[in-house]
Amino acid sequence: MMRSRFDQQLRELHTEMVRLGGLCETAIAAAAQALLTGSREQAQAAGAAEREIDRLEREIEQLCLELLLRQQPVARDLRDISSALKMLSDLERIGDQAADIAELTRFTGTLPAMGEGHIRQMAQTAIHMVAGSVAAFVQADLDLATAVVEEDDAMDELFCQVREDLLQLIRAGQSAAGQALDLLMVAKYFERIGDHAVNVAEWVRFSITGSRDLG
Amino acid sequence: MAPIIRAERLELYYGTHPALRGITMDLPANQITALIGPSGCGKSTFLRTLDRMNDLVPTVSIRGRVLYRGEDIYAPGRDVTALRKQIGMVFQKANPFPMSIYDNVAYGPRTHGIRDRGRLDAIVEESLRGAAIWDEVRDRLKKSALGLSGGQQQRLCIARALAVEPDVLLMDEATSALDPISAARIEELILELKQRYTIIMVTHNLQQAARVSDRTAFFLLGEVIEYGPTGQLFSMPRDKRTEEYITGRFG
Repeated sequence: MMRSRFDQQLRELHTEMVRLGGLCETAIAAAAQALLTGSREQAQAAGAAEREIDRLEREIEQLCLELLLRQQPVARDLRDISSALKMLSDLERIGDQAADIAELTRFTGTLPAMGEGHIRQMAQTAIHMVAGSVAAFVQADLDLATAVVEEDDAMDELFCQVREDLLQLIRAGQSAAGQALDLLMVAKYFERIGDHAVNVAEWVRFSITGSRDLG
Repeated sequence: MAPIIRAERLELYYGTHPALRGITMDLPANQITALIGPSGCGKSTFLRTLDRMNDLVPTVSIRGRVLYRGEDIYAPGRDVTALRKQIGMVFQKANPFPMSIYDNVAYGPRTHGIRDRGRLDAIVEESLRGAAIWDEVRDRLKKSALGLSGGQQQRLCIARALAVEPDVLLMDEATSALDPISAARIEELILELKQRYTIIMVTHNLQQAARVSDRTAFFLLGEVIEYGPTGQLFSMPRDKRTEEYITGRFG
């Protein structure tokens, strides 16, 4: 085989991307747990995952640059590697936002019952979208990538609902305005994580079709 | 834009062996077209049909047409010498004549009847400038061309091709025998020459095709499998065989 070494490195790239996606899911889940239970351990776990994400991002970036330099890839290989490079930035931002949520949990305190359900759903949706986008890349699954893009509508809808929940709580005097603002930021971070997962899915589309556009 | 050269259902046989199996292809003017493909795919054979270099091979038979500016170059009575003035060739291995640098470049114009010293001087200087070698040889025009480096010899051969004021330049792996720096100079030169000439180049160096050419044709077993804008062919090839070849998964 003329390119067995190259193929092995491409597989390594995919494996590392899966690891990175997994760390992002861990960071989001830990941040959500910290939010819902007030656990300091979970908040710290989210921070630790974020630092690991940063380290792995640089490692994968190095691998991509080495592949570009040594293999001078074209066609599918070029799209694969350049997509991975672009996805790295989005996955790294997802890690940052999970850590930001974990940071905010120091101030949010016990969640009011009414707001909890939708925020929990946002966390689950974020994890689902991130996992789906990375799986779509590794499996070159265009349908899965499209599903991630479409799932973002649900995420946007959830953000509106959380905002509505918080407004009602403030009006009813059941939540301090400061806590409501912090929770709104948390919701915004989850919503942004969804946007980054959409970006990842769009790069998956590019790596498969050569175009980022729908259809 | 009308093509400067058009091949129509071009077939070429070496004896009974088909080397080109019905090539139909438009080559646009003032563009660089790269022909790529594995050894024996027919790309060099195709290049040589464009200035009738295969005429010299005794067992060759050709069907179909090659139109240069609308006229079939294989039409009976076509003046091949005149054709080769319009369509020049640069080969893989630099092949300067064993004479002075000046006489190498003046050889073609003299063959075409130019004797006036002043005019020859002007042609030699202009051609050497065009081939980006004037500054290196202006003080030793009377010295033997065989004393030049490989890269200089190849640029001299390009100057020699330019001296007869061709329309089209065919290049058959013109940089493959050169070191990377000399090859890079020739690539730069090719990009400059594009303003005035149509360039069709055979190359085994895929990166070179990607760097230099506007359009790329992928040949396989005597057929053109895919032909299109270079950026598209190298980023999003349409045919699976093209993808396999350019990514090195071939064979």
